[in-house]
Parts: sequence; C-alpha cells; structure tokens
Amino acid sequence: MQSKPYINPYLAGALLGVVLFSAFALTHSGLGASGAISRIQVAATASVAQSHVDRVGYFAAVGGGDRHALDHSSVMMLIGTFAGGLVSAWRNRRLKVEVCKGPQISNTTRLALALVGGVLMGFGARFARGCTSGQALSGGAVLSAGSWVFMFAVFGGAYLVAWFVRKLWN
Amino acid sequence: MFPLDMAAHGKSINYATFFAIGFGFGTVLELAGFGNARKLAAQFYLKDMTVLKTMFTGILTACLLIFFTASIGYLDFSKIFVNQTYLWPGLIGGLVMGVGFVIGGYCPGTSVVSAASFKLDGIVFFIGTILGAGVFGETVDKFSGFWNASYTERLLLSDWFGWSLGATVVGVTLLALTFFYAAEKTEQYFRTPDAPFSWKIGNRAYVASAGVALAVALGIWLNGQPTPEQKWQHLGAQYQSLLDKREVFVHPLEYVKTWNDSAVKLVTLDLRPKAEFDAFHLDSAQRVTFDQLADKDFVFELDQLPPQGVVVLVTNDEAEAVRAWQRLKVQGVTNLYILEHGLRDWEPLFSHVASLHFDLAKPPAKVLEQFPKDAYTIKIKLKTSRRAAGLCS
Repeated sequence: MQSKPYINPYLAGALLGVVLFSAFALTHSGLGASGAISRIQVAATASVAQSHVDRVGYFAAVGGGDRHALDHSSVMMLIGTFAGGLVSAWRNRRLKVEVCKGPQISNTTRLALALVGGVLMGFGARFARGCTSGQALSGGAVLSAGSWVFMFAVFGGAYLVAWFVRKLWN
Repeated sequence: MFPLDMAAHGKSINYATFFAIGFGFGTVLELAGFGNARKLAAQFYLKDMTVLKTMFTGILTACLLIFFTASIGYLDFSKIFVNQTYLWPGLIGGLVMGVGFVIGGYCPGTSVVSAASFKLDGIVFFIGTILGAGVFGETVDKFSGFWNASYTERLLLSDWFGWSLGATVVGVTLLALTFFYAAEKTEQYFRTPDAPFSWKIGNRAYVASAGVALAVALGIWLNGQPTPEQKWQHLGAQYQSLLDKREVFVHPLEYVKTWNDSAVKLVTLDLRPKAEFDAFHLDSAQRVTFDQLADKDFVFELDQLPPQGVVVLVTNDEAEAVRAWQRLKVQGVTNLYILEHGLRDWEPLFSHVASLHFDLAKPPAKVLEQFPKDAYTIKIKLKTSRRAAGLCS
C-alpha cells in the first residue's frame, strides 16, 4: 500500500508550536532530545565500567555513584518521542525498513556518513548545551538570545558545507 | 495558573506528562516528514523548505501562545525556563551541528523518529549521537574554560536589543513571516525555473494566517506585559503563606551567618531613606528605592544570580518590606528574604558582645559563637527549581 503524504509544513509547525507550548505550561521547560541521549550514553558506559563514569566529572553528574542516568524526565520524553514517531509512521503506512539517501551513493556510504554526522551532532549538541529541539525550538520560542544565535549557526554551518556534499543528496 | 508543577503530583504523573509531551512531539515530527533524511536535507538545496517553515511556525506559534497568556496574566513567564546564553560555545556548537546535519541528514530529535520508523540510517545516526556525546564528555576538560565562557543566565532578545517584550514578539513575527515568504518564492523558483515569476502569494489561507499571527503579536505589544502589582493579583496566592508563616523573615544572626558563608552570594538591598542609609548601613548593602524594584535592568541583574545567590531586603517598615518582596517575587527573583524588623534590632542585639570590638556594619562569624545555637530558626533554603529545569543540559 502507498504511504500517505506528509502534512502541510505550516500545519505541522502550528501543531509543533502547540506541543511546545504545552511542554512549557506543564513542565516549565520546553522540548529536548540531546540531554536524554547523553544519559543513554552514560548508562551504557556505566553498564560496562561504572568506575569510569564515577571518575569523569561530566558523566558522574548524571550517572555517578548510585545515580541512575536513565531515571530522568528527559528520558521519558525521548521514549515518548520514539513511541509517537512509531505510531504515526504505522498509521500513515510509513513503517518500512529502508535507507534514506540520495540516488548517487551506496547504502554503505550513506550509513557511514550517517554515523559521522551523528557523532558531530552528538558532540555539537553537548557543546552548544542543547540540540535543535532543546535550544533552537524551545529557546527560540522564549526569545533566548543564545538560542537564536545557535539557530542561525546551525543553518549557517549546514549551508556552508551543503554545496560540497551535494552528491550525497542529489 | 501556568506553568503547572507536575513534579508536585508525584513521580509517575510527572513522568507520564513527559512521555505524553514526547509522544506529541514525535508524532508531529513524523507527520511533517522529519523522519526522512531526504526531506530534511532538501532544505539545504533550496528545493523543499519544509524544515524552515515547520521550525519557524512552531517557534512562532509557541512564542505567541506564551506571551499572549503571559500578557493576560495566565502564565508566569518568570517561571519559564529560558536557555542560558553561552554565546561562543553556542555559536561553535551550532556550526558543528549544522555540518553534522548536512552530512548525517538528521538532528538528534528527528533521528529518534527516523529510527522509530525503521530507517536504518536513522538508527545509525542515533548511535552516532550517543558516541558523540561520549566523546564530548571525555574531552570537555580540555576546553572547559571556553565552554563556560561568555555566559549570561537569562538573556532575552528583548534585553539584547533594548526593546520591550511585546515589540520583540512583533519583530520575531515579522521575521518569521519574511522567512515564510522567501521560502515560498525560493521553492517556486527552484521547482519551476522556467515559469514566469510572481511576487504574489496565491494561497489565501496562508495570507489570512499571517494576518492573524501579526494581529496577535500586535495585541501582545499593545496590551503589554502585566506590572508586578498586577502579577501579584494573579499569582500572589501561592506565595502568601510564606509571608503569613513568616518563612521569609530572616533573623539578624542568620543574616550574619549567611554573609560569612563564602558558598553563598549575598545581595542586600536597603530600602530606607538616604539620610538613614548614610547614618548607618550594612557593609554589604546597596541602597535602592521602591521604584527601582520594578526597573527592568535592575531586576535583570537580580535574575542573573547563580543558584546559591540570596537576596535580602532591609527596611524598618515591614509593610514596605512585604510590598518590595511581593514586587520582586513575581518578577522571578528566587531565594528572596526580608531582614526581620529591619535594622531596629541590630545594635541592641550585638550590644552584649561589643567587647569583641568589631564593626557593627560587618559582624564577623566569631560573633555567632557568643549566641546560643537555638537563638534563631533557619529560614534560608536555597531553591533552584526554576534554573534546574533545562532538559538539554
């Protein structure tokens, strides 16, 4: 069966804004994903080497000693995000094992670059203290000056290199 | 009155709330097509501006809802978490993420949705973000100086530009509408380069929606944000018991103890008339007038205090002290206290330890040893809930 088309971008944005506002109204803060990703990383490290987590200050803050890195509201939000994506993809017949890529590159190249991009994103999101959702969307809506600078930096960085990697996507 | 405090209803309700919000977030991202890297990357080749349109509509919608509800007194904006500004780390981190976005095709949140719909590249990207976060944690010690620099606790665009909040909301609205217009025209040009170019927006629903957004923004500007006194009318009830039970009135000895505590950043605001201030004042005190307590720049400085910052109000008129406390409290000043009975008790209290020969304007910690341990009840409890709320840090 044919998957359904995506909804109008402005309608999606308006719905996103309502979700974001609800987050502020019910939890004081907005949306986020990278904080939970960092916690997953600390929990994974702790499962093989708790002593290392205790030793590195940045990790110990969320998972040191008897702290459980995953026992946090941001992780619940991430699980919710996953569940929402899953249900929506299922209802709209978009659940499909595939690799999203441009026509000129192989699956292996695409997956390798996805990993590289992911590492850059994960690093950058910690460096900037937030990702596109936690900084740009949430901070943007409450007019945080730093978040607006961040947002333009993300678009700026992407447009700067887009031309050089155009073969990946076109 | 928003924001509600779900954490007060127990952990399971709090977690359920976060799950529900996440569920809505994931659903919307998927519906917009953000689970597909091709759709996201197209933004940077100007053929499909969905990312820009959806992001800025989301920001604009939430922004208008937040400042509209704040403007009519239904939401206390001072309690809303505002991402701290770390200017240069934010800029550098943002550039790195932009590069990661084009190479990898996702951002952290969208890769979760992509993984949820079985996209292999999304799963691999998500694993990459976990590794990247690990690399950061392992190396942050090497650049922590830079990472913690150029910091402001709560810097809004309105503070930056010196505009009112309402004017800033209108500015953001106009900027978003300009982006939308440019996005429509760019898509039109790149999709049908041969068709004759038109400056008009054909879709009437778009034009009408833009009009509504602009009207709401102008309404927020015209209505203004509530004065501290109006905010107290709406929000005061939740704080009144602190005053009734005298939980914010600090005994002079606790003040001395706090002052000598190097872990606390103490700010003392003396509201007494200038003549009295000049005759005697606490060494740490700065004189302020009641009017200053509503001054945006003055309160801005108080809002920048770290979590271990404590503000104490000094005046001999308790009614004035309470009014001042109310005024600052609703503007988001945390850890705010009143010196009990102002300075009227000060000199008599220390008279029997005068033999220690100390400056009454700055009693040292050793003075405390001359008083019994139960001479006063501890009132100062550092509350950091508002500042601790960020999900990404």
